[in-house]
Amino acid sequence: MTVVTHRPDPGAQAPGVRPTPARRRRSSGGALLGIVPFLGYVVVFLAIPTLVVAVGAVTADNGGVTLDNLARLGDAYILAAFGRSILLSAVTALIGAVVGALLGYALVTARPDGLLRRVVTAASGVLAQFGGVTLAFAFIATIGLSGFVTEFLRDRVGVDLYASGVWLFELPGLLLVYSYFQIPLMVIVFLPALDGIRPQWREAAASLGGSTWQYWRLVGMPLLAPPFLGATLLLFANAFSAYATAAALVSQGSPIVPLQIRGALTSEVVLGQQNLGKAMALGMIVVVAVVMWLYALVQKRSAKWLG
Amino acid sequence: MAGVIRRRARHQRLFRWTVLTVLGLFFLLPLLAMLEFTTRGAGGGLDLATWRLLVDWPALTETYPDLASGIRASFGLVLLTVTLTLVLLVPTVVWVRLRLPRLRRLVEFLCLLPLTIPAIVLVVGLAPVYAWVTYLLGGSPLTLTFAYTVLVLPYAYRSIDAGLSAIDVRTLAEAARSLGAGWTTVIWRVVLPNIRSAVLSAAFLTVALVLGEFTIASLLNRTNLQVAVNLLGKSSATMSVAVSLAALLLAFVLLLLLSLVGDGRRRRVEKETP
Repeated sequence: MTVVTHRPDPGAQAPGVRPTPARRRRSSGGALLGIVPFLGYVVVFLAIPTLVVAVGAVTADNGGVTLDNLARLGDAYILAAFGRSILLSAVTALIGAVVGALLGYALVTARPDGLLRRVVTAASGVLAQFGGVTLAFAFIATIGLSGFVTEFLRDRVGVDLYASGVWLFELPGLLLVYSYFQIPLMVIVFLPALDGIRPQWREAAASLGGSTWQYWRLVGMPLLAPPFLGATLLLFANAFSAYATAAALVSQGSPIVPLQIRGALTSEVVLGQQNLGKAMALGMIVVVAVVMWLYALVQKRSAKWLG
Repeated sequence: MAGVIRRRARHQRLFRWTVLTVLGLFFLLPLLAMLEFTTRGAGGGLDLATWRLLVDWPALTETYPDLASGIRASFGLVLLTVTLTLVLLVPTVVWVRLRLPRLRRLVEFLCLLPLTIPAIVLVVGLAPVYAWVTYLLGGSPLTLTFAYTVLVLPYAYRSIDAGLSAIDVRTLAEAARSLGAGWTTVIWRVVLPNIRSAVLSAAFLTVALVLGEFTIASLLNRTNLQVAVNLLGKSSATMSVAVSLAALLLAFVLLLLLSLVGDGRRRRVEKETP
């Protein structure tokens, strides 16, 4: 406990004096002032940008209201980009969830305060958050055209990774690289749920004659299913929002939505599509919001069981 | 029963090491490849020139001025963002808990909102806001701190909120108030020291996030570490990979320290309440 030295404050109430009701009401109005800086900040740097996107999506180039931008989301190339983004996010979310859950379980069976768990958790935190450009470089150094593994396989084993084209800078490459940050994120998100599983349950199942398979099928899996589903949704949203890795890796074409938005932002503005980027951004918000809403639903359920 | 438990422990150990070995390979290989790539000599030998240049700040500034200014900007951003986040969030969250409990849901919602707004979307909306920021404060990369504070809001809020849940803020504040402390004193000298590890964890997460941020800086045309590294990747791949690896290791060491700090606190609490 920290020692608090006493310093008289003329503005403070005298000890033992209860504020009168009138005074309380006034101070509650004054209390609102306390969060004005925070609210102001959030309005300027979070609410206004969101409104800019939402309003811009339905604004025509001449300033009028239009649904043309939103209608253009139905264009084949934009639909394809959304499709690829959703496919990429879904596949890497599944890979990340399954592999991450296995790694998480491996960690839970180790000592909770051991070095192993601490190192893996810290490394997961870094790899899940850091990603971006570093990750793209890491994979170029590993399986790029003159990468470590590529050269090793070509010179020593005689296997050409890129016999059927350079896939690292396209969708298959993104699948591999995204898994690299999805698995660690799963470990972080899923560990608390795994920690909620008590060893006593397993002992109880065993003392009733249940086998390991029965324990997992009838006790472990049903308990872990909601948090697992929730974590998978979170991973989906994470991959869907990711931009930096793809931006650093893919330099030709814009296979996924974030790169399409980059194209809309940085290229010369073509007449009639000034606000197309905002419409695509709004589309992304809608997808992520739906996923996060599902996540909140699942979260409520799993909090009831494992809280 | 004992036999069953021993057998299960053996199975779990086998499973643990299998998983860890396979995944360890998958995760360490790219990092090792980065190390190999940056130390690859001309004739297949070892060449440490890149790393020697990286730790020699004056020479680095001279050879890669853009990279040096990116590194400077990112470290400046780390300091500014940590300060701004804590100054904005800690008093607000404490204040809401003590005086405006009805607004707690709203503040929580606002803080977690950036999770549903991808950075690439935020940057689309931030462009006009930043036109004003540039007009008022100039185009320095340090102005990115405003956007980064929004990005770290969810993580910082969760960690500070968890820290506050672990202590009895109301009693502490009432005790301090009844001894004549003003609100500033309550927050700065009573509450803050008690949530030190939560604040530290928020700060460390901020550091990791800011050091790795690319999306917003790149699309608002401001140079930070990652933007400089990405640009450098086109001309001097070796150096850019070395800087990436160094930044990654720095973030790893920070988070490892964080887990040790958090643990030290827990152990102390356990000792105090036997």
